[in-house]
Amino acid sequence: MINWDNPLVQAGLTMAGIFVAFNVVLMIVAYTVLAERRVLAFIQGRVGPNRVGFGGMLQPFADLLKFIFKEEIIPDKSTKFIYLLAPIIAITAALMTIIVYPFGPKITIPFTNWSFELVVARFDVALLYVLAVTSVGVYGIMLAGWSSNNKYSLMGGLRSSAQLISYELSLGLSLIGVVLINSTLDLYNIVEQQGGWFGLQWNIFFQPLGFLIYLISAIAETNRVPFDLPEAETELVAGFHTEYSALKFALFFMAEYVNMFTVSMLAATLFLGGWQGPGVGILPILGVFYFLGKVLFFLFLYIWLRGTLPRFRFDQLMNFGWKYLLPLALLNIILTATFVLLNDWLNWF
Amino acid sequence: MFTVILFILLAGAAIGCAVAMVAQRNPLYSAISLIGVFMALSCLYVLLAAPFIAAVQVIVYAGAIMVLVVFVIMLLNVEEEERRPLRLRFLIPVSVALAAVLFAEAAFILYYVQTSAYTPQDSAASNVGLTSSIGIGLFTKYLLPFEITSVLILMAIVGAISLARRVTAQPAPTIMTTTTARSSSLREVHNAGD
Repeated sequence: MINWDNPLVQAGLTMAGIFVAFNVVLMIVAYTVLAERRVLAFIQGRVGPNRVGFGGMLQPFADLLKFIFKEEIIPDKSTKFIYLLAPIIAITAALMTIIVYPFGPKITIPFTNWSFELVVARFDVALLYVLAVTSVGVYGIMLAGWSSNNKYSLMGGLRSSAQLISYELSLGLSLIGVVLINSTLDLYNIVEQQGGWFGLQWNIFFQPLGFLIYLISAIAETNRVPFDLPEAETELVAGFHTEYSALKFALFFMAEYVNMFTVSMLAATLFLGGWQGPGVGILPILGVFYFLGKVLFFLFLYIWLRGTLPRFRFDQLMNFGWKYLLPLALLNIILTATFVLLNDWLNWF
Repeated sequence: MFTVILFILLAGAAIGCAVAMVAQRNPLYSAISLIGVFMALSCLYVLLAAPFIAAVQVIVYAGAIMVLVVFVIMLLNVEEEERRPLRLRFLIPVSVALAAVLFAEAAFILYYVQTSAYTPQDSAASNVGLTSSIGIGLFTKYLLPFEITSVLILMAIVGAISLARRVTAQPAPTIMTTTTARSSSLREVHNAGD
């Protein structure tokens, strides 16, 4: 009989979990791209890709094959090592965070007494880990813009890094409110604390301002409309990835969508109660579907925004980030801390 | 056993990146090597059961400070450093002496650890590196040093801003000297082509 507590077995299970999580996320990402094209087409009164496979269902694979078989072009005047390193950094940083999100409660395998929590890796500083890995993702874009030796790429890379640095601050600060309320950095524990009161204990009801700030800065962090200045077609051709072709471009493309997905997972985990929902106590596996549903809602929101909003101007973007979002995030922290302290005092008397 | 292998790999990566940082002529390569050092160090902190320090190491150094350094290198388009004639020759013996002191310290620590009777407890069993214990320590026992440090950082920020926004009667000194103007022209985005 296998001893499930053996560290080597645990390590093997974690490895298997990472493998499964990566594949599932990449599949979802592939279909997010398809969904984006179809929904955008619907918003703009077009049909969208519906020829490949069953009503367009095989379109992502056709696109991937096309990317693989395209010619690899490396510009002569580029700094080759960094040019090749940049997409690798981008996709690695994007994929590394997905292992910490709890996608379901503790489940027990029927007819055995083996039970485990549905999270690939659970540790003390999960939230800080997410912030750390996302902050490294900037280098992918910056180095891509610099090493291509193209002025559009450089401008795109500079814009992008300025934007990411600015909005990372308000993103991090907007999460502190949640940490103050739940007094832990462990994502699984945060989700557990949001059960009860029939969904009214979700953090969004205690942190409406924090949620709004998070949502806005998350959109900016993923370089999506209306914050997609780094790749503004009208001014910068394609921004930092102008010189990238074939699979290297596909890596940047995937990194953007994986980032969208992880940011949505964080929003669902921290503010919408993660896998919490009706009936989870009786049938724990339902939690996976609740979690996926919440994440897909955020992904749809992203696509919806892209179909409806115009783009910011760069000075508007910077003013908004530093003069409105950051002070609001600080105000949110002060208010939350005051309320948490008052609550503690009331409990003492 | 597994931990020892990981430690050797990560320590080797850290030392290799550190050597590369000093040896590189291109400033951007140096910066990237330094980021590699920070990453390897942060993994070492995880091995030492200090996850909070590991995460903060990446957030503060790799995610914030080095981003600014790379940003500046990209903006100014710093060229490969030129070897200057050594004017400060007296520094060579001083640096040799300092290096000798450093090695002596390391050797002493090794000797002391090897010969002392104290055996460290299992690092995973202690909770020194956990976020809550660090927070409690910062806000109770070490409150005064913590506050003094934050005031120091605030002073540094104010000083930096007042230096950057110096309001004078005469027009502000132009930063675009001939050399930087030439190198910052976007035409030659960088000269490190292979």
